[in-house]
Amino acid sequence: MSIVLGFMAVVVGIAAWWLSQQRLMAKPWLETGNVDAYPRTESGSMPPAKIGMGVFLAVVGSLFALFTSAYFMRMGFTDWRSLPVPRILWLNTFILVLSSVALHCAVLAARNRRDDLVRLALVTGGMTAFAFLIGQWLAWRELTASGHFLTANPANSFFYLITGMHGLHILGGLVGLGTVTARAWRGAAADRLRLGVELCAMYWHFLLFVWLFVFVILAGWAEGFIEICRALLT
Amino acid sequence: MVDITQSGAEHVPPAEVGEVDLYHPHSWWTKYVFSQDAKVIAIQYSGTAIAIGMVALVLSWLMRLQLGFPGTFDFITPEAYYQFITMHGMIMVVYLLTALFLGGFGNYLIPLMVGARDMVFPYVNMLSYWIYLLAVLVLVASFFAPGGPTGAGWTLYPPQAIMTGTPGGQDAGIVLMLVSLALFIIGFTMGGLNYVVTVLQGRTRGMTLMRMPLTVWGIFTATVMALLAFPALFVACIMMLFDRLLGTSFFMPSIVEAGEQLAYGGGSPILFQHLFWFFGHPEVYIVALPAFGIVSDLISTHARKNIFGYRMMVWAIVGIGALSFIVWAHHMYVSGMHPYFGFFFATTTLIIAVPTAIKVYNWVLTLWRGDIHLTIPMLFALAFIVTFVNGGLTGLFLGNVVVDVPLSDTMFVVAHFHMVMGVAPILVIFGAIYHWYPKMTGRLLDETLGRFHFWVTFVGAYLIFFPMHYVGLMGVPRRYSELGDMSLLTDSAHSLNAFISIMAFIVGFAQLVFLFNLIWSIRHGKDAGPNPWRATSLEWQTAETPPTHGNFGKELPVVYRWAYDYSVPGAKEDFIPQNEPGTYPAARGH
Repeated sequence: MSIVLGFMAVVVGIAAWWLSQQRLMAKPWLETGNVDAYPRTESGSMPPAKIGMGVFLAVVGSLFALFTSAYFMRMGFTDWRSLPVPRILWLNTFILVLSSVALHCAVLAARNRRDDLVRLALVTGGMTAFAFLIGQWLAWRELTASGHFLTANPANSFFYLITGMHGLHILGGLVGLGTVTARAWRGAAADRLRLGVELCAMYWHFLLFVWLFVFVILAGWAEGFIEICRALLT
Repeated sequence: MVDITQSGAEHVPPAEVGEVDLYHPHSWWTKYVFSQDAKVIAIQYSGTAIAIGMVALVLSWLMRLQLGFPGTFDFITPEAYYQFITMHGMIMVVYLLTALFLGGFGNYLIPLMVGARDMVFPYVNMLSYWIYLLAVLVLVASFFAPGGPTGAGWTLYPPQAIMTGTPGGQDAGIVLMLVSLALFIIGFTMGGLNYVVTVLQGRTRGMTLMRMPLTVWGIFTATVMALLAFPALFVACIMMLFDRLLGTSFFMPSIVEAGEQLAYGGGSPILFQHLFWFFGHPEVYIVALPAFGIVSDLISTHARKNIFGYRMMVWAIVGIGALSFIVWAHHMYVSGMHPYFGFFFATTTLIIAVPTAIKVYNWVLTLWRGDIHLTIPMLFALAFIVTFVNGGLTGLFLGNVVVDVPLSDTMFVVAHFHMVMGVAPILVIFGAIYHWYPKMTGRLLDETLGRFHFWVTFVGAYLIFFPMHYVGLMGVPRRYSELGDMSLLTDSAHSLNAFISIMAFIVGFAQLVFLFNLIWSIRHGKDAGPNPWRATSLEWQTAETPPTHGNFGKELPVVYRWAYDYSVPGAKEDFIPQNEPGTYPAARGH
């Protein structure tokens, strides 16, 4: 459970930082009157959708932190046989990075009101993300072809489970991206479009980060680190 | 008086509050069924939660029939008994308490109390309810599935949860249960995003965090915790579904069933317990924190006195929320963990009693020399304090490894968690319904029926659960459908069991009186007026009662003070609404 506790520590850190800005030391029973006197304690001016996305990403982060925590705990048992890393995962990682870059370009284009570029970047981002999914599916096929079935070993089960869960999140993201792209094509108001594109980009960058984290763990490069953690705990 | 004209003009808040894009209903369907109005969604959530809660109540009756009068009722087989236990626990904890506090009270009170027109994402909020309803329907469907619902116990521990000997283990029961939970979590996440972001971004002008009523603080913190903790249950459910349907071995060890070696191997049941309780312990506080918040407001309002130690109350809520994530393994003392782990978790468990005790002291000190009105909400609030202290004290027993290990499998544990997590929050729910019903309907609940309901419920609950502690200490095990001839048990254990069962029936029937009151008073209750309790918080200051679509008429209120200005010396009345400007500096001598 050390990973999820680490994740929680980060969340608590962010919450504590935010709370420290909120004048928790105030004595509200003495402070009657207009609020103008207390800077930065009103509702922020950031669009609610962005905050909502931030909170949602925390939930997704918690989900993956828990999956990887379970992975580490299960790993300690004797029947664990690590899985060979399909080489196509490197290509997939590269494609997902491209996808994120494309969406970042879309954000920049949206800020500069370049609608044609926004559309191009959104479509590129969507196509590359889709290509990533196909790549993941090919990786699965490669593994099953070489006899690494879902039930053969817990390492395999976790590989399919975690990559599948990540893929589902990308798929959900594609639905959102699709509606924003459709909006871009219909020529929606610039502010609304920009918000949509920024939300997509946030989600994409986060899922890229999750993928890199998951990849490092599934490929087994974090094992030395885990050993250290385990030694510390016991 | 603190100087409030400090020169902090670096950020001048906007003069206007940003309008939420309200979806205006066009037909009966979008107004009452597929509504995006948080108040309608709140009532939908509450209605569904109470309905499924009644099912769980009936299940508890069936269990008590068996325990009180073993061998009398043929239709309660041991398998059926386990199914009743499982569904009773799961429904009460997740589908009733969580849904009612967060989905029901959260939806109704957050926008009104922080001065917002609605939740920030009304459409997602609506989806949240419909997915919750779907989860409930899937759960109900498992009663009618072949083999019946799962009988794995509400904790669903593998390996037994998915094996042949457990009711529903190899039938549809466990699958439907897990799917239903996963749906619930998805639906809750949608609602939870709304509650959190509405508190963060939807507050009206002047409503700083430290001016929010404690109810909002409680629901807000509980929602944040739920958003982070429910994924643990989600992960556990998905992995167990894989084990059950696809034959993986996440949780399933090598196991022999009826002389036959199963295909599973090497999995860890303890892993499931860690995941389950990583959700399960915060869940206790997900239910308790809204109750804490609501009770603070009820006590302050009905004792006509400001809440004692508001700041401390807020810090305690946040502190309990954070601490509750590092105590989960105290549910697993008997799983054979490393003694140092047990020591660590016993310590954190006892530490969490500190902020909790602060809250109890502050409630008592709020009552001290207050102008206590023994209204029905106040009675329930007082009953909550007593019950919570009772349940909390046995929690200190069970938090210690050496005391927990012998008591863990007895009725003592059942009595403990029913006191602290069953009766206590339910009392708050009743108090809150009596308190806010006039705002929801414009009418008061009937006083006589209400007092009858209170006294039967309160005294009855004690008559049920106090003897249960004693029965547990005598060694009556939990999870047994029948005690049989246990020579260690005296006759008094058996007669107490019968007594508890009879009391359970009486208390259960008193709830029917409450339900009747709820429905009858919609039309026949006394007219309440906009602010029957003369309370300060914003929901009582709406232009119309019940509040209409958009909550606050044309203009949103502006907040000038905290929510607890009761009995301010020098003020015209004994309460000053939050949206009333003006100061009374002369007499404010804190």
